[in-house]
Amino acid sequence: MAKAELPLHAPGTQLDKGYIGQSVPRPNAQRLLQGRGAFIDDLRFPRLAHVAFFRSPYAHARIKKLDFSKALKSEGVIGIFDGRAVAEYCTPWIAVLAHLKGIKSPPQHAIAIERACWQGEAMAAVVAESRSQAEDAVQLIEAQWEELPVVVDMDDALEGKKIIHAELGDNICFKRELDTGEVDAAFAKADVVVEDTFHFGRHTGVCLEGRAILADYNAAEHSLTVYHATQAPHMMQDIFSRHLNIPEANVRVITKDVGGSFGIKVHVYADEMATAALSVMLRRPVKFVADRLESFLSDIHAREHKARVRLACTKSGEILAFELDDLTAIGPYSVYPRTSGIEGNQVVNLTGGPYKHRKYRAKMHVVFTNKNVCCQYRAVGHPIAVALTEGIVDLAAQKLGMDAADFRRKNLIPDDAYPYTFPSGIKFEKLSHHKCLDKLLNLMHYDSLRREQNELREKGVYRGIGLAAMIEVTNPSPAFYGVGGARISAQDGATLRLEPTGMLTVMCSVTEQGQGTEAVFAQIAASAVGVTLDKVRVITGDTAVTPYGGGTWASRGAGIGGEAVLLAGRALRSNVLDIAAAILKTEKPKLDLLNNEVIDRLTLESKMPLSELGRVAYFRPDTLPLDFQSELTVTRHYTPRQYGFTFTNGIQASWLEVDPDTGFVRLLKHWCVEDAGTLINPMLVDEQIRGGVVQGIGAALYEECLYSPDGQLLNGNMADYLVPMSGEMCDIVCAHVETPTQQSQLGAKGVGEAGTAGAPAAVMNAINDALAPLNARVTAMPFTPERILKALRKV
Amino acid sequence: MTVNGTQVTRRVQARQHLVDFLREELGLTGSHIGCEHGVCGACTVRVNGEIVRGCLMLAVQANGCKVETVEGLSDSGELKDLQKAFHEKNALQCGFCTPGMLMAAQDLVLQKKKCSREEIRNHISGNYCRCTGYQAIVDAIEQVLNGKG
Repeated sequence: MAKAELPLHAPGTQLDKGYIGQSVPRPNAQRLLQGRGAFIDDLRFPRLAHVAFFRSPYAHARIKKLDFSKALKSEGVIGIFDGRAVAEYCTPWIAVLAHLKGIKSPPQHAIAIERACWQGEAMAAVVAESRSQAEDAVQLIEAQWEELPVVVDMDDALEGKKIIHAELGDNICFKRELDTGEVDAAFAKADVVVEDTFHFGRHTGVCLEGRAILADYNAAEHSLTVYHATQAPHMMQDIFSRHLNIPEANVRVITKDVGGSFGIKVHVYADEMATAALSVMLRRPVKFVADRLESFLSDIHAREHKARVRLACTKSGEILAFELDDLTAIGPYSVYPRTSGIEGNQVVNLTGGPYKHRKYRAKMHVVFTNKNVCCQYRAVGHPIAVALTEGIVDLAAQKLGMDAADFRRKNLIPDDAYPYTFPSGIKFEKLSHHKCLDKLLNLMHYDSLRREQNELREKGVYRGIGLAAMIEVTNPSPAFYGVGGARISAQDGATLRLEPTGMLTVMCSVTEQGQGTEAVFAQIAASAVGVTLDKVRVITGDTAVTPYGGGTWASRGAGIGGEAVLLAGRALRSNVLDIAAAILKTEKPKLDLLNNEVIDRLTLESKMPLSELGRVAYFRPDTLPLDFQSELTVTRHYTPRQYGFTFTNGIQASWLEVDPDTGFVRLLKHWCVEDAGTLINPMLVDEQIRGGVVQGIGAALYEECLYSPDGQLLNGNMADYLVPMSGEMCDIVCAHVETPTQQSQLGAKGVGEAGTAGAPAAVMNAINDALAPLNARVTAMPFTPERILKALRKV
Repeated sequence: MTVNGTQVTRRVQARQHLVDFLREELGLTGSHIGCEHGVCGACTVRVNGEIVRGCLMLAVQANGCKVETVEGLSDSGELKDLQKAFHEKNALQCGFCTPGMLMAAQDLVLQKKKCSREEIRNHISGNYCRCTGYQAIVDAIEQVLNGKG
């Protein structure tokens, strides 16, 4: 049922949408605005100990001797532990999944044993009374190292002259091939074939709050409470339980305010597992907060790819086939429990995705290197796939002399073609590429912008327009992880409780990372039950309180958690009306709920406030019929299952200026038209898109983790690793097409990753559009001034 | 020193940064630590009327000074207009940068002049926000400075 049909209120009340579709400010933002949030580092505990890690200075080396004697004498030190000591309390893990056939990775320990495989890997843990004392003692650890051969370059890793993990036989973590057949024939009969190789620099999330965990083991109960800046509390509960051998029900994971996540905080980190183990070992609370330098060395990196892509088309501009050969490097370990094979897998699934060609062949290798580990980061694989697709599509249009928008219109999958199966096997329920394209071109005044561009070129001003159509994975079913054996929940649950005063408490397994989850749940719950928004309180992020669920990742919070809230809200409304009918001695169908009151469904006349209903139900149930029991707490769950993923689509455009003398890029404007299905809170949706776009712009223009040939991270701090700051960013215009998913009653699809998915491609195409009259082209992100000047043959 | 109007006296280690002192000694956890090398602006506080990076100033350097943090300016009501505008425009997501961002923005508000969007962007260009993309923050500050809705 689509949004407009939601029967939340009686017909004719003009309130049938409730708060759904309204841009209400987030109620939970107030504490953050006053500096009264509760981030992990803000918590205060008695007997709290602090851990700092002794990290490898080498990319690949064996420890011959580790001497703690001096460090142990340092002031405030409680204990120092190596990999073997921690391994007695925490079992190792291997990050593979059954549905990624052939994926392999060695066991990883909480603290590495004997051998370091990247610069920054934790080799020992120092626990002290304060963080500064722990850091002081780290400096006093003496280690003797034997340096081992280092594999840094992706091609070297694939070639395999030096093998990082001898027991695996080669450096290949995972490979995949896909072939629809008849690809060679399509290329043979093509009028035009274009080919290019694109490079993507590895970059990272740079969450303003470093990774943070405070583990508090209670020896008397053999229970562990973990305050954790994570996106997936239940997943972490399962992992702490299994690897520390503590019964699941004795592990409680609490996630309070989290200072940015973006996929960085959904993985298992060895140093965080060590922190939990240390709490068990020392029988006291232990805290670890990654500082900025160790964040760069140990937060997951992502998106180091080199990909060759070919496109075949007719002279009239009809795309016939795509071919892809992708190589990506993920560091020395596949990351637990999601694996590091997913990003490359997504690139294979998604490349060419908006277009209607039927022939596709892809080859992809994921290789190990001696750099920091890589895993899923906001928009997993999409920025790569969209840039490959849209980069080569622009090149084809250019070669044919066709306008970039016209070429897309000719090839985008028609809006009436759904349901549709793309050649890679992914299924689309309903997309709206053409509606989005038309809306975008109107929004940005495409034709007049082209005229302006041409006029300015005459004056030596080089501006470019870049388009990027995209498809995006949202609301994943168990097909994403569960089928491969990962204990990651694709379902989520919500519990709603009407309080005696008529207030509504909502407890949901999806977490709040700042995106506004709690606000949209409050909107849905208030609408579904029939209360005003000020009566709703939302609780998330506590495994002991909320129903079981997956948490926040893959643009799933609103679509999956929101549906669970809606279903629970409708059930609670029905239960409340049962009580009202019993109290008022009337028939339930004659009643409804609106604005905290039981009303007459036909006359809308108020019959009883919910506070009175709550009083009777909780404190005077003796006045109700003997066989009647009120149920004012309701739990419902939801799992998307009809499609593997609820795909969304959208299109972005970038308008920018390149200075051919300096190579600098000045962003002028950016547009995004997105179809996220039902919009629950348009303001929050737009802000997700804007933030995502800027994160994508960072990847396109500034961000890269640079390594030396011997595997040393060269720019692991915020002075040398550039992130987007306000001065360089432009305004971003958002617009929407709404195609609700028919799989749920709410109709919401995900939107959290859309901006990041398409922005790098739009910026790349705009730069190349600007450079086209100068006969220059760039294909290696980030597009630094140096790279642009090289393309212009000026350096 | 005076912190948010209250006289405080402590013996501190010479190496302790002002923001660590505020957080660890006084429990004023509203000022956040983002990079500890003066780039991100999350620890921005006001010392003798000037905004400074709490991670680049030592606690001992603030001896005898008047120090103000987001908690103090919230309680006094000085940040009220900015907080309201930030809330309405959703100029925060995770909220980790927000205290520093508000301190920087209030510095501009106190200059009592109208600013272009570009001037606002430049003024807060030393405060990193990974969530919002900055536009809503610029909108919110513009609303307070120029009375624009």
